[in-house]
Amino acid sequence: MNTGAESSMSQQEDGELAIELIDVNKWYGDFQALCDVNVSIGRGERVVVCGPSGSGKSTMIRCINRLEHHQRGKIIVDGIELTDNLKNIEAVRSEVGMVFQSFNLFPHMRVIDNLTLAPMLVRKMPKSDAEALAMQYLERVQIPEQAYKYPGQLSGGQQQRVAIARSLCMQPRVMLFDEPTSALDPEMIKEVLDVMVELAEDGMTMVVVTHEMGFAKTVADKMIFMDKGEIVEIAPPDVFFTTPESERTKTFLNQILTH
Amino acid sequence: MTDSSLSKNTTGRRPPPPTERIPVLRWIKENLAQTPFNMLVTAICLVVLFYALPSFLEWGVIDATFFATDHTVCREATGACWAVIGEKHRPMLFGVYPYEEHWRLLTAVIIYISAVIMTMIPLFWKYRILVPVWLFTLASTLTLMWGGVLGMPQVDNSQWGGLPLTLILFSGTLVIGFPLAIVLALGRRSTMPAVKAVSVVFIESLRGVPLITILFVAVNVFPLFLPQGLEFDKLLRVMVGMAIFFACYQAEVIRGGLQAISRGQYEAAEALGLGYWQTMTRIILPQALRISLPGIVNHIIAAFKNTSFVLIIGLFDMLTATTAVMQDPEWRRFTIEAYLCVGFIYFCFCFALSKYSQLVERWLGEGKKF
Repeated sequence: MNTGAESSMSQQEDGELAIELIDVNKWYGDFQALCDVNVSIGRGERVVVCGPSGSGKSTMIRCINRLEHHQRGKIIVDGIELTDNLKNIEAVRSEVGMVFQSFNLFPHMRVIDNLTLAPMLVRKMPKSDAEALAMQYLERVQIPEQAYKYPGQLSGGQQQRVAIARSLCMQPRVMLFDEPTSALDPEMIKEVLDVMVELAEDGMTMVVVTHEMGFAKTVADKMIFMDKGEIVEIAPPDVFFTTPESERTKTFLNQILTH
Repeated sequence: MTDSSLSKNTTGRRPPPPTERIPVLRWIKENLAQTPFNMLVTAICLVVLFYALPSFLEWGVIDATFFATDHTVCREATGACWAVIGEKHRPMLFGVYPYEEHWRLLTAVIIYISAVIMTMIPLFWKYRILVPVWLFTLASTLTLMWGGVLGMPQVDNSQWGGLPLTLILFSGTLVIGFPLAIVLALGRRSTMPAVKAVSVVFIESLRGVPLITILFVAVNVFPLFLPQGLEFDKLLRVMVGMAIFFACYQAEVIRGGLQAISRGQYEAAEALGLGYWQTMTRIILPQALRISLPGIVNHIIAAFKNTSFVLIIGLFDMLTATTAVMQDPEWRRFTIEAYLCVGFIYFCFCFALSKYSQLVERWLGEGKKF
């Protein structure tokens, strides 16, 4: 991979951690979006982040690949600390895939070109290799027959699966999902979650912001509950769903599980 | 967006909707006479046509003289004298370029227009075709116009004029102006304060000045600032002046397109590890230019017609050349016919441009829905 990333990784003693957030703070103007956030995520670990809207969960995972910058604290991804150093940011971004709520496919390119663009430009992969890789991942998300269509011709569920395949084409070590099913019609949610479950079974390190508690129960190794920019509770799912410690977690779970 | 694409897919197997036949009378009622106001407008138009059309046809076709070896024939006729075009078309089209060398300009214009037409056809949109074609076009047209080799006498570019000059100025404006417009548009949206400030000042100050002033400065004032002995070609200075003027307007049109691109497109590109220029050239600009295409073509057409402003600095483009030719006392009273002809040539170029832009819009929009 990236030589810069490897050398700084070998300097890091704790190579088993994929992502580490230490006392991370972020403000939007006067509003504090993240407040002393501490999280460590190991390699191969699946973490589901939940919480009410405006609780900072999206902000937190957007900080992990620097779509937002934090003002205080430390974020270390794959042994590389995120600072203003552009080289580090680029190294982290090419190791971290991200799937958005609104898919964000490139509408002027065919599906296959959406997938091959980054491997060719960032990884300098030859076109034929990139296309082979793209087809491999399209098969994995079960829509190889859509390769030569434009995103606008696909359904929402198909578009989100293309978006997942596009991230996977960069062969990332970590995948971030920012409410991947929130913009989908109910009947399409399952097809996207199925792809994500399969990805989890393959051992990908995943951080997922979602309200799909069924999904969380199946795949999560660790649940994180956030409220008002703070991490309220971190627990394994069996503990989290049955005997949560905090009152706020209980209220939240009651609200979303009994609607 | 998703819903409509879905319904389109599923209706594929059902029978197509019945085609509606609209009777002529219903069409007239719906389009020409739906309200009293519409009826009034229709009536006025019919009256104007009734009086104007026959007399125009009488002047332009029935009583007109199409061929004449002498201006006296025209003077005797009551209608238009189209013969003036046969008589004067060469200085109108080619300006003060030496008469017996006009074939060189004609060849150059034909080569150039062929290259443009080739460039407009998607079949040829490959570097290995277009790059050699344009290298050949540039080399051959410039050689033909300059001369000085292969037994062709040299013609200084101060003697260039007419249609070739119009085309040179127009192409130069686009080739220099369009990339500049993109840079300015991106600069104005830059997060770097210095870049942004320079772009804003550049656009706002030059946009507020008439084109004539910019041309005047480029030709008469700019050389005063140059060190002695250093001199840029006048034609080149005019071209750069026009390009800068064009770029300032075009930049704002492109910026409008850039603003229409959602934040998510930038974020997706960033998350994939693409750099700034990769994101702009591959993701953002293709979408932004497609969105702002109608406005872009608007300014391109304006730029074509703006080439006639060079008359104030003593260059003879097609329009100025015609004005000059029509000073000939023998043919002077038929100036209107000559101007109509020049107007028609301008119209052909502009109309072709706008029709082509509609085609491009269709190609770019196919199946993409954005």
